[in-house]
Amino acid sequence: MEPLNIRKHMDQDLGEIRSGMMRLGAMAEASIRGGVAALVKRDRSEARRVIESDDEADQLAGWLDMSCLEFMARYQPLGADLRAISCAIHMAVDLERIADLGVSVAKRALKLIDQDPIKPLMDIPLMGERVCAMLDLAVKAYLNGDEDLARELCAMDDQVDDLQDRVERELLMIMIDRPATIAQASALGEVARVLERAGDHATNLGEHIMFMITGRRVKASQFRRPLGDRS
Amino acid sequence: MCQMEESKVVSKGLTLYYGSVPAVRNVNLSVPERSVMALIGPSGCGKSTFLRCINRMNDFIEEVRVEGQVLIDGQDVYGPQTDVISLRRRVGMVFQRPNPFPFSIWENVAYGPRLHGVKDRRVLDEIVERSLRGAALWDEVKDKLESSAMNLSGGQQQRLCIARAIAVEPEVLLMDEPTSALDPMGTAKVEELVRELKKSYTVIIVTHNMQQAARVSDRTAFFLMGELVEEGPTREIFTSPRDPRTEAYITGRFG
Amino acid sequence: MKIRLVKDRLATGVLWLFTLITLGTLLGILGFLWVNGRSAVTWEFLTQRPRSGMTQGGIATPLVGTVQLMLLSMAFALPIGVATAVYLTEYAPKGPVASAVRLAVRSLAGVPSVVFGLFGLSFFCIFLRLGASMLSASLTLACLVLPVVVTAAETAILNVPKDLRDASFAMGATRWQTIRKVVLPTAMPSIMTGAILGLGRVAGETAPIMFTGAVFFTPNFAKSPFESVMALPYHIYVLATAGTNIDATRPIQYGTSLVLVGTVFLLSLTGIAWRSRLRRSGRA
Repeated sequence: MEPLNIRKHMDQDLGEIRSGMMRLGAMAEASIRGGVAALVKRDRSEARRVIESDDEADQLAGWLDMSCLEFMARYQPLGADLRAISCAIHMAVDLERIADLGVSVAKRALKLIDQDPIKPLMDIPLMGERVCAMLDLAVKAYLNGDEDLARELCAMDDQVDDLQDRVERELLMIMIDRPATIAQASALGEVARVLERAGDHATNLGEHIMFMITGRRVKASQFRRPLGDRS
Repeated sequence: MCQMEESKVVSKGLTLYYGSVPAVRNVNLSVPERSVMALIGPSGCGKSTFLRCINRMNDFIEEVRVEGQVLIDGQDVYGPQTDVISLRRRVGMVFQRPNPFPFSIWENVAYGPRLHGVKDRRVLDEIVERSLRGAALWDEVKDKLESSAMNLSGGQQQRLCIARAIAVEPEVLLMDEPTSALDPMGTAKVEELVRELKKSYTVIIVTHNMQQAARVSDRTAFFLMGELVEEGPTREIFTSPRDPRTEAYITGRFG
Repeated sequence: MKIRLVKDRLATGVLWLFTLITLGTLLGILGFLWVNGRSAVTWEFLTQRPRSGMTQGGIATPLVGTVQLMLLSMAFALPIGVATAVYLTEYAPKGPVASAVRLAVRSLAGVPSVVFGLFGLSFFCIFLRLGASMLSASLTLACLVLPVVVTAAETAILNVPKDLRDASFAMGATRWQTIRKVVLPTAMPSIMTGAILGLGRVAGETAPIMFTGAVFFTPNFAKSPFESVMALPYHIYVLATAGTNIDATRPIQYGTSLVLVGTVFLLSLTGIAWRSRLRRSGRA
């Protein structure tokens, strides 16, 4: 009878959820990028901008969650629709966390702005770059249903982890060498850990997207280096 | 793919012709014992026709010709030695619209056993109570067993039909869209009953409501134009089916 | 535009008029009988036998006789009629056989009652040597009422929903078990109402019983089917045409007519009321 009409409404609603997800992805990326930039450029206003934009991200994530619940109540979706909604609910959570982590970096940036830098920042901005690249891949993979992009994204977590190790080791050496730098060094170490967590959340995005596409749950670790080789 | 030995009902190459038109085409389906198998598909896809092959209710239609086999516990019901009467005792059926006889509740449930020779009133009373309990109807009607079945609500009538069907202790229970004529409360009670029934019977249920299939069944089979397109555990069929036609049907791309 | 309204009113009026004529005829007959016969109908009238060349006494004998005829004829017509209906609806293959049987039944309904009487006389009384008896008369009446019973039973059986048959078959019943345990019990109330209406017909028939078993006078109630019997319609005929004192018995004639018409009326009302109650509860 009218399944075709309902299908039209379902597709419309799904389209709105996808647009929302795209925007949330962009916001998460902007948050990480802005936080790291604020840290590197010692830009107070940039940091504040990132912190203030978190409300918008939270609201969008909340809207996405609500829309997905409404979709389920209204249409009782099955098959690919059901997986798409499940993916969207999970992705909203992870993207919102990533945005929060960007804010965390910005807050630390504010604290560090008045202090003399103990070292030029090279790896941390690289980590930020990697995470943003992962987010970009995630959004593309989600919108296009591209399994390969999702796999690529999961594999990138190795790079983020490696960078974090390097940062930790370097900071440790600096702290041993010049104990006065402990405060700033641990703060920087914290930033690195935050960015590593952001990378993990981005990897989660990859897992959700792959479930949406294939219907099978996969662990991202399948696409990374074997456990023994990881430090 | 489940083992053949655990399967209660197996169809092999089952094909049914209405005159020269095949309504069921070469269906190979295996239903495990004491489970619920849902048959879904658009109108006219042959799922009800297939269901009626299992207890040979299609025999009553003149232009029907059946090829292939339906095995229950390994014995072909279309074989030459089959006694159709006792087949229908082993395989019970519940229909789309509740169809209790216009007799008392007691007489309705006792109909089957009496048909097959039980005369002792006490034995019949026990059977009636057991069946009504099994259909989750006993508490509601135990004080009015002599009153007419026609005074019950739609949902109660359908549960009475289920009690009537299980009174002869069948092994397999066929249900042809049993809740499509009921209100949501009646539907919910019958669905709950189906989940209980599978502990003792092998249930095959035809439904056009996919959410119902998702709620009550262990395995689901999707029919399209007389063919069995896909069959598997319900969870898989409804979250990630293998065949694109199944995917298209469950996401409502065609009715 | 107005012409259409006028025509509409005119048509309605004419229809009403004709209906009134129909009603008037019925009420006229009843009224006529009531006015002329009321005085004669008393308890004694109903319970005493006719005396003195039927100028006095009551109509107990014909009344009892009519009841006996009704019951005996239905005892024959009901089983045969229901069996025929069962055959037609459940067993007859679609085609010339079933159509032929149905045609025969319908034709039977159109046979004039006097022809039934002659048939009864030759076949039951003479050929089967049953003589002029209650048995012959009942058998003749049974033939007359058979089409009514067959039609009523056929309709009743066809009205039994297919669902119920399916349910019975699905539990392993044979065709005959289904008919005996589900179809007939479900159809029976409807069949009975048809039978009651048929009884009304039987009560009033004169020609079939005139030659076959009704007599104008017998002193006692018939105790065996082989005896002759008095009957109400015949009693009226006798009193009005060949009685010993036609004018004196006039009140009795009207009284008897009133009783007969009243009986038929009562039977019809019962039948119709029962049927409409069945329809309302969904079983007819």
